[in-house]
Amino acid sequence: MFAIFKRDFVSYFTTPIGYVFMAIFLAVNGGLFSLMTLQAGSSGSISGYFSMVTVILAIVIPVLTMKSFSEEKKQKTEQLLLTSPVSIGKIVMGKFLSVYSIFSGTFVLGTVFNFAVYHEFADSLYLWVVEDAQREGALTRWDVLSHFILSILGPTIAVLLIGAAFSAIGIFISSLTENQLVSLISSIAIMLGFMFIASFNNLIPFEPIREVLDWLSVYSRYGNFLYGVFDFSAIVYYASICFVFLFLTVRVYEKRRWA
Amino acid sequence: MIKIQNLTKSFGSNIVLNDVSFEIGKGEIVGFLGPNGAGKSTTMNILTGFLSFTEGKVTVDGLDMFDFPNEAKRSIGYLPENPPLYPEMTVTEYLNFVYELKGCTLNKKKHIEEILEVVKLTDVKKRVIGHLSKGYRQRIGIGQALIGNPKVIILDEPTVGLDPRQVVEIRNLIRTLGLNHTVILSTHILQEVQAVCDRVIVINRGKIVADKRTEDLASAVEGNRRLAIKVCGPEKEVTQALRSLPGVYSAECLGNLDSDSYSFVLESDAAIDIRKPLFSMLARNGWPLIGAEASNVNLEDVFLALINNTNTANAKKKRGSKKRNAN
Repeated sequence: MFAIFKRDFVSYFTTPIGYVFMAIFLAVNGGLFSLMTLQAGSSGSISGYFSMVTVILAIVIPVLTMKSFSEEKKQKTEQLLLTSPVSIGKIVMGKFLSVYSIFSGTFVLGTVFNFAVYHEFADSLYLWVVEDAQREGALTRWDVLSHFILSILGPTIAVLLIGAAFSAIGIFISSLTENQLVSLISSIAIMLGFMFIASFNNLIPFEPIREVLDWLSVYSRYGNFLYGVFDFSAIVYYASICFVFLFLTVRVYEKRRWA
Repeated sequence: MIKIQNLTKSFGSNIVLNDVSFEIGKGEIVGFLGPNGAGKSTTMNILTGFLSFTEGKVTVDGLDMFDFPNEAKRSIGYLPENPPLYPEMTVTEYLNFVYELKGCTLNKKKHIEEILEVVKLTDVKKRVIGHLSKGYRQRIGIGQALIGNPKVIILDEPTVGLDPRQVVEIRNLIRTLGLNHTVILSTHILQEVQAVCDRVIVINRGKIVADKRTEDLASAVEGNRRLAIKVCGPEKEVTQALRSLPGVYSAECLGNLDSDSYSFVLESDAAIDIRKPLFSMLARNGWPLIGAEASNVNLEDVFLALINNTNTANAKKKRGSKKRNAN
């Protein structure tokens, strides 16, 4: 598993894909952060930024996952992986971890940049948190700390989890095709679908359907984090999407063996 | 070392392997021979655990492929039809990756140096695979199969795309490997089998047609002795005289060479050498013998004979069943 992780990880940086991903993600992420919080006319609130950032994920994560299995299939290297003494589950896990570590590394890096800039140019981040917390009636140091955790750490963790779920979806789709472009485009479509599945809810006059769509929507669950609620069920939801799609990827390969 | 019992594999309703059984012992070099689409690659893919099978039993080094796939795969090195290479890696990086993937425990640096030496890649070890020629890639593929010193080495058409000198080198390499590995080699190049293998398994349409030692295979079909001769003399009379020689089954005139000489093909009993009586007969009649060549049955003929036999047998069977249906 570690060998596959390492090879995939390194291959992102021996080919341009890793750099392209990091450049686009950091640029868009930073630009968005600046637009939503620092620029004149922006609300100055961090939750606005966090509400937008997940949309970028649906577009940049497929750039990483598009080649995961598609390329192996095209190059016929999957024969090497599948005839080596490594189980399919570990192969999938190795690929997932390499995608996820690049995504999460870049995102954490971007977050550090963002808040360093925020700290420098806006009011001190700490002051902002304290003021904001006091406005909401925080009194003790613990209240301030928990406000910080809920307003910044909470959404950050949520983004990282959504990233994991999207990585799993992307890897699953790349296991279905040997064409990277098909993999890229269908991944973006499906991820955006998961994001906005509940967006047209107010047009649907039937309550149970709205409930189901709301339940499936990645974005609806994410909303709670933006309002400063640490939603444990959302975490379970993201983790299960991740698990289900990785499991499906394993099944795709199992099934191919038996076909 | 390898034991395949009643192996059947079907893709949907299409039966690719039908009740195939064979056993391969330690240190054997076995050639796997068959026309395109015979089931060679499918058998190899099953042996290496890439594909599963519909029915039967496959054991490698005493380990059942179905129950202990990972343990069984550990004792196999496999070169698929297309060498599984990552074009963006260098040769050393790639071999290191395979080493780690297979979870080897040998001394890494030394082992990889040895393999580079064996497949003669030391000169290009720092080059990126994508920039190397087909011959080099094929050798990297073979090198990859050797990593971890597996007990069984399976090579699917290893000499495809190599130049003649490299082909000789690779064949020599395979023979050396056979000294302390079990080697299975699939190919449709007959000379390769003749040159390298101890044993041949011929497969056609998913069934084993022959499973013999290489030297026995030729004699299996070789019943008669064949002689091609050129004689100056009148066509009809010479043919008559040839046919009347003791031990000659048939004599055919193949055609006119120039104004007065003809070429003939004689088939005679394998037990009798007809060359001496032939010569004295021709001399007696004053027909100069200007050429004679013994044409041995070669592996190509054997192969075609075997394949044709099964094809016609199948066709007959099919016709038979159709008739029965009609009735």
